[in-house]
This record gives sequence, structure tokens and C-alpha cells, in this order.
Amino acid sequence: MSLAEGVRRGEVRATAKLITLIENHPESAVEDLRALHPHTGNAHIVGITGSPGIGKSTLTDALAKRWRKDGAHIGIIAVDPNSPFSGGALLGDRIRMQELATDPGVFIRSMGARGRLGGLARATHNAIRVLDAGGKDVILVETVGVGQSELDIVRTADTVVVGLVPGMGDDIQTIKAGILEVADVFVINKADRPDARRLMMELQTMLDLDPERHSHWEPPIERTVATTGEGIEMLMAAIRNHWEHLTYSGELEQRRRERYAAELQSVVEDYWRMRFFEYWQREGHWEQVVEQLLRKETDPFSAARKLVAPFLDSESRRVNL
Amino acid sequence: MFDRDALLSLEQQKDAWERGPVAKTLEQFGERSEQFRTTSELPVERLYTPLELAEADYQRDQGLPGEYPFTRGIQPTMYRGRLWTMRQYAGFGNAEESNRRYKYLLEQGQTGLSVAFDLPTQIGYDSDHSLSRGEVGKVGVAIDSLADMELLFDGIPLDQVSTSMTINAPAAILLAMYAALARKQGVALDKLRGTIQNDILKEYVARGTYIFPPQPSMRLVSDTFAFCAEQLPNWNSISISGYHMREAGCNAVQEVAFTLANAIAYVQAALEAGLDVDTFAPRLSFFFDAHNDLLEEVSKFRAARKLWARIMKERFGAVKARSQMLRFHTQTAGSALTAQQPDNNVVRVTLQALAAVLGGTQSLHTNSREEALALPTEDSVRLALRTQQVIAHESGVGNTVDPLAGSYYVEALTREIEDRVTAYIEKIDELGGTARAIEQGYIQREIQESAYTHQKEVESCERVVVGLNKYRIAEEPPTNLLRLDPEVERREREKLEQLRGRRDNAHVTTTLEGVRKAAAGRENLVPRIQEAVEAYATLGEICDVLRGEFGVHQASVVF
Amino acid sequence: MGEQRIRVLIAKPGLDGHDRGAKVLARALRDAGMEVIYTGLRQTPEQIAATATQEDVHVVGLSCLSGAHLELFPRVVELLKEHGADDILVLGGGTIPAEDISVLKERGVAEVFTPGASTQEVVEFVKRSVNL
Ligand code: B12
Ligand SMILES: Nc1nc2c(ncn2[C@@H]2O[C@H](COP(=O)(O)OP(=O)(O)OP(=O)(O)O)[C@@H](O)[C@H]2O)c(=O)[nH]1
Ligand SMILES: [Mg+2]
Repeated sequence: MSLAEGVRRGEVRATAKLITLIENHPESAVEDLRALHPHTGNAHIVGITGSPGIGKSTLTDALAKRWRKDGAHIGIIAVDPNSPFSGGALLGDRIRMQELATDPGVFIRSMGARGRLGGLARATHNAIRVLDAGGKDVILVETVGVGQSELDIVRTADTVVVGLVPGMGDDIQTIKAGILEVADVFVINKADRPDARRLMMELQTMLDLDPERHSHWEPPIERTVATTGEGIEMLMAAIRNHWEHLTYSGELEQRRRERYAAELQSVVEDYWRMRFFEYWQREGHWEQVVEQLLRKETDPFSAARKLVAPFLDSESRRVNL
Repeated sequence: MFDRDALLSLEQQKDAWERGPVAKTLEQFGERSEQFRTTSELPVERLYTPLELAEADYQRDQGLPGEYPFTRGIQPTMYRGRLWTMRQYAGFGNAEESNRRYKYLLEQGQTGLSVAFDLPTQIGYDSDHSLSRGEVGKVGVAIDSLADMELLFDGIPLDQVSTSMTINAPAAILLAMYAALARKQGVALDKLRGTIQNDILKEYVARGTYIFPPQPSMRLVSDTFAFCAEQLPNWNSISISGYHMREAGCNAVQEVAFTLANAIAYVQAALEAGLDVDTFAPRLSFFFDAHNDLLEEVSKFRAARKLWARIMKERFGAVKARSQMLRFHTQTAGSALTAQQPDNNVVRVTLQALAAVLGGTQSLHTNSREEALALPTEDSVRLALRTQQVIAHESGVGNTVDPLAGSYYVEALTREIEDRVTAYIEKIDELGGTARAIEQGYIQREIQESAYTHQKEVESCERVVVGLNKYRIAEEPPTNLLRLDPEVERREREKLEQLRGRRDNAHVTTTLEGVRKAAAGRENLVPRIQEAVEAYATLGEICDVLRGEFGVHQASVVF
Repeated sequence: MGEQRIRVLIAKPGLDGHDRGAKVLARALRDAGMEVIYTGLRQTPEQIAATATQEDVHVVGLSCLSGAHLELFPRVVELLKEHGADDILVLGGGTIPAEDISVLKERGVAEVFTPGASTQEVVEFVKRSVNL
């Protein structure tokens, strides 16, 4: 039985194995992903992002528990950074999701970003595809808490939840750094701390002042205490509202169209790049060309053309792509 | 302390000595290391002289024993009057078995008891709870109800011993049981001497037997302070512990810093609960570790005493001398003991115990030779006790007060530790106090960083551990280790079942409801808990009620 | 074009609170380039097995210094089998008497490391045992 079949049957082991394959040998996972693709598109993909330590994992845990009460099946992907030195990583998000570990309706996967800087791992996108095809109703994706550049999530999630906490000082900075544009829902977590209300007002003011806001969806601002569950009901309602909005306004389809376009582009790029390097491993005289550059016998622009031309020839001779 | 002219000429003399004899020797031999450091990474000079103490002021920095700032000890005569309390931490299996061990230790000349509870007891589960499986009586004694306490202290009159109980999250419950037992024995509560550890903050960072979230836990602490101040005037309501943080990996400076920072938090909490500082401060006690670096450890104890006196006087305005005194128990460092060549541990323990005594401890536990392997056998624990007795009666170190005072090195190190601890406490204050520092993972990170550094130094042999990374031998696995009776768990379950059938369950329910109400409100919880334990409500039942009201702590792991 | 990493779950089964060794080890494995999941104290064998399965780790490392290893370690092995995840290597460590080591090995624990073990030894063992 293929891994894809196992995934379709909801088997945890197959699901886990396929995600590993995607992480380690993505080219070998293509067959399974192909088989799963027709079964995707049902899950609501919710991104949870924000600076380190604002409570993303705790919120994810609380949201998942709340959704479980309604019987929804939940997938969770939590991404942490890898050490740039050793390549290793301590994946710690799961610690806040201990009670979900043995719930058969929940699948949690920790992921190292493995050098990728946008807040997700390269494999996250396809891992979501696996969970989606496996019948998860909601997939919660926790990004790396990098604060500034977690833009991957916009291209991945249907609903992006941006978390902030009072008293971290850099909040307004973060907002300025472009978070404003990506949030579908704001959550002010750790509302048990002083100044939550003030942060909420500041944020509201900023939203009101922003001329570029699209008019049909006003991102709501929710307040939560993730550790006690306070405000989670409202947060979930806000996320669901957004989903409904996406569905009824036709924006969901529009977003997904954009997303597929982007994905197609990157798959195409990856595919060509892979083929080109395969070709060059066989046929290449890279070093020679570099020497020529050094001796000023050619320039990089002409050299590139000369390198690619025979590759294109050889590819066009192949009937079957 | 020294004459200026004398210092000047000494400086010249030392300079000449360094350029002359020292330089010459170095040319020929060199030193074992480029830089010598204590285990806390404090730099160690080749030689200490009065020059290092040029700024010192005897009155201000040392004073006299029994007087502020208590650097030289908290009593005027120290061990010339009474020796420290020899108190071996013990407990395993069930109450009967542990009772036998206590009696043995007392027969052998131990002067105080120290109860080790098993993990279910410490975490608030009865022996028949599903999470207790495999853990009952394993690393301490299983106590489910007052009935077990009766067996544990059978034949031990509570007005004749002082008893220390390493119990934290459910400290109020065990205290209530002890008080209930005293009443049964006909001993007045003001005759009870002993300590409950009751130090919840360090559980979150280093020891791990937390149950409830920090806020209600701190309330329980304040409730026990108030209860003790009123009813048990000779009982130490807390033992603020650096030991566990040190054993979790931090160094001597951090140990003192984090302990005092926690102590500050307890004092603040009690003040906020409306208590007067001089009513509860005299009953605060401390618990430190004694490691191998003998002189650093001695200096550490001296610095800690001095710092606490100043904090209590200056920061909290305590006036009673007893409020300013840092009284402490010491345990030798288990983490410095090895599974390899266990006999070497006896030597280490001797050094560590000596450090504690030279540092002026009030009570002492010495670890056993098989520390890294298992709980000690009777023979091993006797040897550990004998180690203390040899120091007490044969070494002569207790015959004068604070004998290392005035050593240029020890005084300089005492000063250095004091400064570094002060810097840490300032940093923690900046973070908003110890509770916030823990929440942010600061303390945990500091401890783990030190632990990891230590491990790497040992593995790279930068730090020599005799018998482990140097002078190794081929060894057979050790024999004669303590083996626990595997039947304990089953028997404890049966005992519980019988208890639940025997007691007045309606009364139990009523008293538990009393606990619940008190927990939901603001009234002091200890008296309600006492009613419940007297009705033979179990520890697990009481904790369940409290868990219901307080919730449970969600641990966070930081790296 | 994926990059392979050894994935390890370090877990503390039971009520034991001794986490110094587990944390030191987790860091050592991380510094050796592995992805390490550490789930904190007081884990049930059920939680550990479920986590290991979902995370598809190569190795589960169980650390126990409270003497409950005979009860807890084999239970994790059994549960992994039930999850169809018996390809996951189970290692143990902590205060474990010599005579218990063979019992644990018989019941599916691949290797046991005791006080004084070097973390580098563990790293080497894991690298040797895991075929990426
Ligand atoms: C430090 C320590 C503590 C600290 C723990 C701090 C912390 N956060 O970890 C403190 C002081 C809090 C403590 C408390 C207690 N302790 Co203690 N403690 C020790 C001590 C002295 C050292 C342990 C240690 O950290 N060593 C350093 C680390 C790096 O080594 P390690 O954990 O052994 O790990 C190494 C190897 O074992 C191995 N390893 C460990 N785990 C794993 C896992 C895997 C997968 C692998 C591959 C390898 C591996 O690799 C590591 C690197 O070398 C030992 C005795 C000793 N010397 O071993 C007693 C000891 C473990 N404690 C003991 C006891 C009884 C307790 C208490 C239960 C006492 C009580 N009744 O209250 C309490 C309760 C703690 C709790 N909540 O569970 C007993 C256990 C007896 C038994 N099992 O039979 C011991 C053996 C001491 C004794 N002889 O009495 N303790
Ligand atoms: N006071 C308070 N603390 C909270 C709240 N939510 C989370 N925390 C605490 O904040 C800390 C960090 O929470 P996490 O959920 O790990 O935060 P995170 O954003 O996932 O962290 P990273 O993944 O490391 O970026 C933990 O100690 C939580 O218990 C809250 O609402 N109030
Ligand atoms: Mg997180």
C-alpha cells in the first residue's frame, strides 16, 4: 500500500512517514502528492504568527481544543528555526500541546525551518497538503517566531492570525514592519497583563488610519489569555467568520487561484533547476568556464547563454517531460 | 583595615617578588594552567595579600559572630556551644520501613530527622492513582493520609526531635498532618521544631514537583507563613533552597543569587498578604549545596549570610536580629559524585561537609558513597553520618568560630561573590522580580547554560573528575545496592482501600467542601486542610479539590 | 534537494523531575545537527508513543532517574509496536541499576546509558544506528 493510500485512510504512521519523505526527499514524494492532490481543498488553513514567545503555541493548543469540542479534525504544523551553525534544532512548540498528543482527532507535527527564512519550512506547504487530503477540517500552522519576515504564511494560509502581546515594546514596530497588511485576524494575547486595552486601541487607530485596507474585510482584534482559555471562543468565531467571508465573497477561490499560480511557478522553477543541475553534473565544464571568466575570455552573460543552450536542446529532444 | 604606608611598601615588595622569584620560577617550570578559576568561573590569583583587602572594613564587612551582618556566623559561640544538626535525608518504601530507618539513624547519633517523600506524594497523587504506577515508595516514603504519618513517627515523640520535610506544593497538607499527629501524641504545637521546604518557586525552575500555578501556590506559602507565625512559633515555615538549582547545574554565585531573589519574592508576597516582616522573617530558613571547591564554598556561605542580613535590614526594614539571620541547612553535592569508583565519593563528601562546617551551617546532610547508583543502604548512610561525626569530634574545626576569616583569599572571594550576586539580583529586579524572570525563562536558561558548559568541560577533560575522565579503571557493576520491596505499591493500594472503607466518609466530604470554599475565598487554608486530614481525607483527595479550584501549572520548557 | 536530519524525541516518562541530563543531552544532540523534540516532564507512555509516531522520529530517548524505568520503558516499546512504529529506536538513560539493563534490552530498549556517560558517546551511537 502506498503512503498516499494510508494517508487517505487516516493512518497516523503513513501520514507521518510521508511528511518525513517530503522533508528529506521531496522528489520521492511526488507520486504520493500527485495521488493526494484531488482530495485537497477542504481544510481551512489557519496561520498563527507573531514574535517569539507571544503565545502562538498556547493559542494553537487552545484553538485546537475548542475546535475539537465541535468534533472537527485538526492538523497542526509548528515550525521552529534550525541552528545556523549545527543545522540542528530544538523543536519546542509541542510542549504546550501535551493534552492533544493522545487525541486521535489531532495530528501534530513539529518542523525545523531548515534554513528557510520566511517563517515556514520548505516542506510545510506539502505537509499541509497531506493533512488536508487526510481529512483534517482545520489545519493550524504555527510559524517561526521571527517577528519580521514571516511572509510565507500569507502564501499558505487561508486565514492569517497575527498575535501581539502588551508590554513587549516592539509591538508597534512589528506592526509597522508590514504585519498590518497580512493579518486577517489580530489577537492580543496575554491580555491578563496590564496595557492590553491600550495596545488594542493603538492597533485599532493604526488600522483606521491605513488607507490601503481593502474594504470588504475589517480584521477584527480579539483579546485572549491563551493559558486560561479566556477569549478563545471569540477568537475562533472571528477565524470562522473570516472563512465564511472568504467562501461567500469568492475571495477564497481568488486566493487559491493566486496560490496555485505561485506554487506552479515555484514548482516549475524547482523542476527546471533540478533538471539543469542534473544535466550539468553529467555534462558540465563549469570550472573551465570559471577559468575563462577569470582570464576575461568571456563574460558571465554570454557564458550563461552558452551553458543553457545545449541543455535546452537536449530537453526539447525528450518527448516525455 | 591596613595601614596605608604598610600597603604601599607591600605593593612594592610584591611587585619585586613577581619580577624576581616568580618570573624566574615561571621561566623554569610554568604553571599548570594559564588561568585558574573557581567552579563559578571566578578568577583565582596566584597569591592573595592584604592588598586585595585594601578597601575592606572589618566592622562593616565581617563584624562579630551573632551580630550584624552575621558574616562570621549567626551565633556568638557557634559550634563551641552546640554542634550543627546531623540530619540525613531519608525515606523509601512505606511508612513502617522508613520509620525503621529513622530509628536506626537516631540510634547512630543523628540529631534531627529529614523526611524524603515519594514522587506521588510530592505531586499530590495517592498511591492508587494511575499516574503513581511504578513510582510508589521508590524514591521516598509514600504518605497518603494521617494514618501513614502515625506509622512514620511511631515511637518517635515529636517534642524530642526536629523534623525537616522536603515537601513543597502540598506542604500545607503535610504540615497539617504533622500538627494533627502532635495533637494525637499530646504534644503542644509550640513544642514542635522542624521545617517544611515549602519553596515553590524553585520547583518551577529546578526541582519539578509543582502542582498549581504560581499565584495560588504563593498564596499557599503565605497562608502557611501566617499559620506558623500564629501556632508553631518554633517551626521553620519555609526552607528557601538553592540546593536544587545548584544541582540542576548552576554555579555557586547563581545559587546564592537565585535563592536570595526567591527569598525576596516570598517576603514581598507575605508583606502584600498583610503580614509584618518581623513576625514571619525569623522563621525563614535556607538550604544550600556544598560542592568540592572548598574555599569558594566557604566564601559563598559567608557572602550569603552577609547579603541576606543587608537585604532584610535595608530593603525590608526588619529590626529583629533573628529576621536578619540567614540560618541554613546544607547538603553535600550529589551531582559531584560519580557512579565510577564510588569509594572516591566518600572523600568528596568529606571535603564538601568540611566546607559546610567551615561555612557555619546549622544542619547538614552528607551523601552516601553510592549516590549516583541508588538510595543508600544502612551501611552507607552510617558511613556518611560518621563522616560528619569525625569532622565534629576529631578535626577540631568547630572549636573556634569561623576559622577561615581573615584569610586573604577567603575574604577576597567572599567579597567577589557578594558583588556578583548583587549584580544578579539587580538584574532580576530589573526583569520585574523572580516570578517574572522565571516566566520569561531567564533563571532556567542561566541554570541550563551552566549545566551544559559543565558537561562539555567534563567531556573535553578541561575539568577533571577523578575516576571518570582521568585515573579510570575497569570495574565490575557495583553490588549490594539497596533494593526496594516490589510489593510496596500493592500494599499501599490495599491500605488505602481499607482506609476509605473505615473512615466516616460523610465527614470527609464535609471537610473537603470546607477546603474548597476556603480555596475559592481568601480565608487561610491551613485550618481547613487540618480538619480534612484529621477526618483522614487523603492527600490526593485534598489536592484534587485544590486542583479543581486553582488549576494545574502548565510547565514551560526553555532552552 | 531535501536536507536530511536525524530526528529524536527526548522524553521524561512518569513523575520524575530530574531533567538536567535530558536537557543536556537534548542540546548535545541538537549541536550534533539533529532535530530534537523535548516534551518536558511527566509524560505518560501513551503521550510519548503518540508523539514519536506523529513526529516520525528515528529515535526515542527515555530518561528516568526515579527508579520507575522497568514499569515505563517497556510500556513505551509496546505502544510503539501498537502504533506500527516499532522501527523507531528506543534508548534509555538515567539511574538504572546494572541488572535492570538486560531486562530492559530484552523488552526492546536498544541501549541504556547511565551516569557518567558522555553525550558524545550517545551522539555516536545514534548516528551509527540511524540510516538516513
Ligand atoms: C541532580 C540531582 C537532583 C536534582 C535534580 C535537578 C534537575 N532539574 O535535574 C534535585 C536536587 C532537584 C534532585 C531531586 C531529587 N532527587 Co535527585 N539526584 C540528582 C543527582 C545528584 C544527579 C543527577 C544529574 O543531574 N546528573 C547530571 C546529569 C547530566 O546526568 P544524568 O541525569 O545521570 O544523565 C546522564 C546519563 O544518565 C545519561 N542519560 C540520562 N538520561 C538519558 C536518556 C537517554 C535517552 C540517554 C541516551 C542517556 C541518558 O546521559 C546523561 C549524560 O551523562 C543524582 C545522583 C547522581 N549523582 O546521579 C540524584 C538522584 C537521581 N536523585 C534521587 C532522588 C531520590 C531524588 C528525589 C526524588 C528525592 C526526594 N525524595 O525528594 C528528588 C526529587 C526530584 C524529582 N522531582 O523527581 C536518587 C534516585 C534514586 C533511585 N532512582 O533509585 C539519586 C540517584 C540520588 C540518590 N542516590 O539518592 N535530584
Ligand atoms: N500570562 C500569560 N502567559 C501566557 C499566555 N499565553 C502564553 N503564555 C505563556 O507565554 C510563554 C510562551 O508561550 P508559547 O505558547 O510557547 O509562545 P510561542 O509564541 O509559541 O513561542 P515560540 O514558539 O518560542 O515563538 C509560556 O510560558 C506560556 O505559558 C497568556 O495569555 N497569558
Ligand atoms: Mg511556539
